[in-house]
Amino acid sequence: MGATLDEKLKAKLRILADAAKYDASCASSGAPKRSGGMTGLGSTTGAGICHAYTPDGRCVSLLKILLTNYCLFDCAYCVNRRSSNVRRARFTVDEVVKLTIEFYKRNYIEGLFLSSGIIRSPDHTMEEMMRVAKALRRDHGFAGYIHLKTIPEASPWLIEQAGLWADRLSINLELPSQRSLKRLAPEKDGTTIRTAMGQMRERIAEAREEKRRFSPAGQSTQVIVGADDTTDEAVLQSSAGLYERYDLKRVYYSAFSPIPEPSRVLPVKPPPMQRESRLYQADWLLRHYGFTVAEIAAGGEGGMLDLGIDPKLAWALKNRDRFPVDVNTGERELLLRVPGLGARAVDRIIQARRHRRLRLEDVARLSSGLRRARPFLIAADHRPVRLTDRLDLRRLVTSPVPQQMSLFA
Amino acid sequence: MTGHRVQLDEGADPSGFRLAVRRLLAAAVPPDEVAWTIGRGSDLFGSDLPEEAPPVPLPRALHQLVEPVVCHSDPERYALLYTLTWRVRHGEPALLQDPSDPLVHRLERMRKAIRRDVHKMHAFLRFRRTEDPNGAERFVAWFEPEHHILDAAAPFFVDRFRSMAWSILTPSGSRHWDGRSLLRGPPATRADAPEGDAFEAGWRGYYESVFNPARVNPGVMRGEMPKKYWRNMPEAQAIPHLIRSAPARVRDMLEQEAAMPAKRNPDKAVASMFDQEPRTLEELNRIIAASEPLVPGATRAVLGEGPIGAAIALVGEQPGDQEDLQGHPFVGPAGQLLDQVMTEAAVDRGRVYITNAVKHFKFEQRGKRRIHQKPTAGEVKHYRWWLMRELDFVRPELTVALGVTALLALAGKALPIGKNRGEMMFEDRPGFVTVHPSYLLRLPDEAAKRQAYDAYLADFRRMRRMVERIEAASA
Ligand code: SF4
Repeated sequence: MGATLDEKLKAKLRILADAAKYDASCASSGAPKRSGGMTGLGSTTGAGICHAYTPDGRCVSLLKILLTNYCLFDCAYCVNRRSSNVRRARFTVDEVVKLTIEFYKRNYIEGLFLSSGIIRSPDHTMEEMMRVAKALRRDHGFAGYIHLKTIPEASPWLIEQAGLWADRLSINLELPSQRSLKRLAPEKDGTTIRTAMGQMRERIAEAREEKRRFSPAGQSTQVIVGADDTTDEAVLQSSAGLYERYDLKRVYYSAFSPIPEPSRVLPVKPPPMQRESRLYQADWLLRHYGFTVAEIAAGGEGGMLDLGIDPKLAWALKNRDRFPVDVNTGERELLLRVPGLGARAVDRIIQARRHRRLRLEDVARLSSGLRRARPFLIAADHRPVRLTDRLDLRRLVTSPVPQQMSLFA
Repeated sequence: MTGHRVQLDEGADPSGFRLAVRRLLAAAVPPDEVAWTIGRGSDLFGSDLPEEAPPVPLPRALHQLVEPVVCHSDPERYALLYTLTWRVRHGEPALLQDPSDPLVHRLERMRKAIRRDVHKMHAFLRFRRTEDPNGAERFVAWFEPEHHILDAAAPFFVDRFRSMAWSILTPSGSRHWDGRSLLRGPPATRADAPEGDAFEAGWRGYYESVFNPARVNPGVMRGEMPKKYWRNMPEAQAIPHLIRSAPARVRDMLEQEAAMPAKRNPDKAVASMFDQEPRTLEELNRIIAASEPLVPGATRAVLGEGPIGAAIALVGEQPGDQEDLQGHPFVGPAGQLLDQVMTEAAVDRGRVYITNAVKHFKFEQRGKRRIHQKPTAGEVKHYRWWLMRELDFVRPELTVALGVTALLALAGKALPIGKNRGEMMFEDRPGFVTVHPSYLLRLPDEAAKRQAYDAYLADFRRMRRMVERIEAASA
């Protein structure tokens, strides 16, 4: 394997990285801990490492590229759709393997995230991706992270083969409703996607039971928001269903982003990026804080989350009768609902209060969100006097957010 | 006033600290009578302390705090740790369990800072490739940690890059890995590290390309990747330009007219690409043969054999040792028994297709022997897709499950043989259920064998009659 990177390959890398950047998933966590040992290369630590951050604040953890950005499909939101005029390129299996190994050796990355436009046939495309993973593992003893974005239309046996080598397989749902899919991704079929997810779930569960290796870090998906008129509530409803039915590890939300060569059926203006982070916060409440979609949605208006404040605060402001909660006696479930208190802070509070009656300054040492939590809390030295009735509470707990550089104004 | 001065090594000196703690505690010296200084050598000055002192039992949580905190660059670290130790020993044994105590909180934060610094070193260190005169490659990195964490961070690199030779150089020391052991080296300077690397430009190009200018948010980036690390990260050189050019790039994108598709609408190509199913048995077999075995063991896939349009398809469990070596199904003792029973039952051997539910021999190597392992339900299901396609191509009049694994594959669920022996529909395929021939071979006594063989023969005669019936009906 050569120790240099020629100009042609460099140019391809730019094109095929650019083409992959709209995929939100990048996590390299969840793989079983392992190491390549004396002759192999690489390890996974279980947690994943971000090796750099780009100026959009997102982390670079994996070499995230497309095998090719040629595509026979014509999904409106996608820069790689067949009717777009972007520059095209195509990696060989060996080229992807070489880039992954050489980047990995220099400690640039945790592994590979490989996706692809669909060329020739879904099976052909899936097979090439599978061959990359297989070559990395078998020929190079590569023990780093591998995530393959599977093609839902590919044959089940190919996906099964891919699961032998990859840490995670994912299938992008892309759009939360069948109707939007039909309009914006005419060749895609929601039923096919969901069937593939169902099969994947079954395979993963079986393999776990039989202690075989098959996509040990589970499956995930991505949903694009803002390219259609689906409400946040409907998006979250769809996610809740996905977690439940297909045992997904994560649903990634990707605010539809302006792309070069936009299609005519797209909205002219992309949604505010804040929408994406509110969805992630809501998703988090869904998975870790025992909130229901209905509760979260009730914090906003007309099925849309409040862009100005986080969904937990929004919920609290609409349920003031539940507060204040006493830090020294309140139950865990109630403390978890206090804006500004994360699960870790709540655990630390519960641990600390066995030793003393907590005052506000103690809470400040246990949580970084005290300023927001204050009006909702009772402590040994603090009782918010009818603060929860104040009309200006919202303004009180939110500081004027420094305006993010507005590019769409 | 201060009665004792403790001198510890530069950097992290956990053993010097532990020794000092032992001696101080043995002489009951309270924290405010100790001055901790950092220089060369572990020494206690102005003291009449014992030279040696027995180890003191301390809570585990305290050890777990000392280990990282001694790596901190705060000169007060030892004083704080000793104060904590003193308090734990003098009336506050549960002190560490109260995260709201100010001292515990401060040390906790120091521990966190160390963890973060170690993590950042794991993340932001960049190797450059060098070659020694013999052409052997070594990867060398220059890194400037904030705390004394070189030893805390090194095991990660050993684990990850065990098969490579590498060096990590820092201003306070270096570590060198040769594939077997980790050697300590002296402090280094940036000039000791190589200048560049052949993959750096490509990496920078990658980094630039993954940035989406429509989402520029440098605050978040700086929070996660503080500027102090940028100097040694080749990709970070691109940051200022990426930020500066972002608004213009987005404006360009938004102003761009929705472009007319450049290509003709490839409806045909799209339609034909869904048509990817194998079209013939040979095509299917090629896929099976090229696929990775899903079961451990297996040298090759053993494919079905027999004519298309066979009267009977016999489906067994999986190839065995002999079949795996020869590449044909049912060539071992079980196959011979099948031949015999078919001959006696007057089943035309030339009109039988014979295959297995699982296409690979699953075994466990024990010494020289390869011990057959029963496939799991998940494995059977995986191979089921292939079996069903295969039967679609062969189109037998009658499909026969030989044994419980074949029955699982054909029925799609686990069913016992005993109750189901005889005719059965497999979805819309006329089918028949009987035992696997190796069941007969395993029976211990002759009488039982004889009896089982007669029953088996009766089964095959019934199959023949079923086929005749089906053929008569369709004729
Ligand atoms: S299938 Fe659709 S989303 Fe995927 S690359 Fe092709 S056009 Fe883009």
